[in-house]
Amino acid sequence: MAENRLAIAMSPHVHSNESVKKIMYSVVIALLPAFCVSVYFFGLNAIRVTLISIVACMAVEWLIQKFLLKGKTTIFDGSAIVTGMLLAFNVPANLDWWIIVIGAIVAIGIAKMTFGGLGNNPFNPAIVGRVFLLISFPSQMTTWPTPQPIWDIKALDAVTGPTPLGLLNEGQMVDYNYMDMFIGNMGGSLGEMSAIALLIGGIFLLIRKVITWHIPVAVLGTMAAFSAILWGVDPTKYADPLFHILAGGALLGAIYMATDMVTSPMTGKGMLVYGVGIGIITILIRTWGSYPEGMSFAILIMNALVPLINNWCKPKRFGEVVKPPKEEVKK
Amino acid sequence: MNNWKNFTKGFIKENPVLIMLLGCCPTLGTTTSAINGLSMGLATTFVLVCSNIVISLIKNLIPDKVRIPSYIVVIASFVTVIDLLMQAYLPGIYETLGLFIPLIVVNCIVLGRAEAFASKNGVWASCVDGLGMGLGYALALMILGAVREILGSLSIFGWQFIQADGILVFVLAPGAFFGLAYFIAVVRRFNK
Repeated sequence: MAENRLAIAMSPHVHSNESVKKIMYSVVIALLPAFCVSVYFFGLNAIRVTLISIVACMAVEWLIQKFLLKGKTTIFDGSAIVTGMLLAFNVPANLDWWIIVIGAIVAIGIAKMTFGGLGNNPFNPAIVGRVFLLISFPSQMTTWPTPQPIWDIKALDAVTGPTPLGLLNEGQMVDYNYMDMFIGNMGGSLGEMSAIALLIGGIFLLIRKVITWHIPVAVLGTMAAFSAILWGVDPTKYADPLFHILAGGALLGAIYMATDMVTSPMTGKGMLVYGVGIGIITILIRTWGSYPEGMSFAILIMNALVPLINNWCKPKRFGEVVKPPKEEVKK
Repeated sequence: MNNWKNFTKGFIKENPVLIMLLGCCPTLGTTTSAINGLSMGLATTFVLVCSNIVISLIKNLIPDKVRIPSYIVVIASFVTVIDLLMQAYLPGIYETLGLFIPLIVVNCIVLGRAEAFASKNGVWASCVDGLGMGLGYALALMILGAVREILGSLSIFGWQFIQADGILVFVLAPGAFFGLAYFIAVVRRFNK
């Protein structure tokens, strides 16, 4: 019998060189500038938290795939590393190791593997882990070490300070030096402080086409517009747009977490809807909610709506829209 | 013996909350600790046994068209009995369970057993069925409550074994959903 030379496959037939591995390691590279800044400000603690988080995430994924699913393990495709890094970036730098491990178990075990692993999880694993920890360990998760340059030996681990958003939530308007906030010299989670480092990573991701501009622009634009309206109404009570964008996890969330391919809408239009929703909910929680920061909650809420958004924003199939035929010119 | 089967099926094979997914609202709402889960389960058992007996006794008197309202009247009377009894003799637990005791009236398990079993079977069989189902429900609630209590407040039946804060989320509503989901998953895994 002749060899069957005709290979039949589903479209698309054009293959690019992309793979899960390449995308995930691009994200890891994009996160490195922010990681370096956090090492500069938090020293060995930043390395400790990040390493524990990555190792725990990979270990949980390996254990589940090896012993529960009894299938092949995919821990080196990079997705567990990205989840681990993002989880570490979302917690204070002085967190106890066992809390980080619990966060990793929740992120990988509950939010990712329960739904069937990479590609099937409706919620961003790292954010589920972070929110779980935030609700479970409120005091440990909101004790922020004050950033100290690494050579500042006399500064001890015990020095903790408030975050800009925490102060805002208590009703204090603070005059923050925007340059400090831009570089990252403010209290906050491990990797969320430095706007410049996060932006460099974001530009890298845009160039590598790992993310598109839609979600970050929609999230940050909506946050700026909404907070500008509030600020315009009463500048003494509400913070200005630049503050909202630089403070807290706005940039980290908008560039790295909301853009997660698995949990964000598929079309550009859908991404804009999704981003606008995240922006509005974030400012709502920051302004009127009991938590100082609402980025992670906003992303989770919009993650839940992604199937609906995908349904609304279906692209028109080729040939579906028929142009009305031109009226024949009467002679 | 058929009665033995009627009794034991409520524990694993037809467990109301783990297999049939009935009565999830009180399951999620009251299992913040093992004691709360157990007392809720036992209160439901009482109502279940009594209403099953009465409904199987009067099943031939009830016109078919109004059977659901009639069942509800019977169930509601027993719920009122247990409500007042708990208020008088167990004020502490009554206080914690609060609204969930009156809500036993609309618990799907009680109405479901009345409709599916008591209205078709004899008194003794209905009584045994109600007892088995109720105790199976109480067992599931107690285990879920114990797991949530151990993880959430590091204690069991009120006895604190480590003086520290637990994983707070397990005492709150999300923890109930996580706990119930994984409990059901584990039971299904071993019940194949």
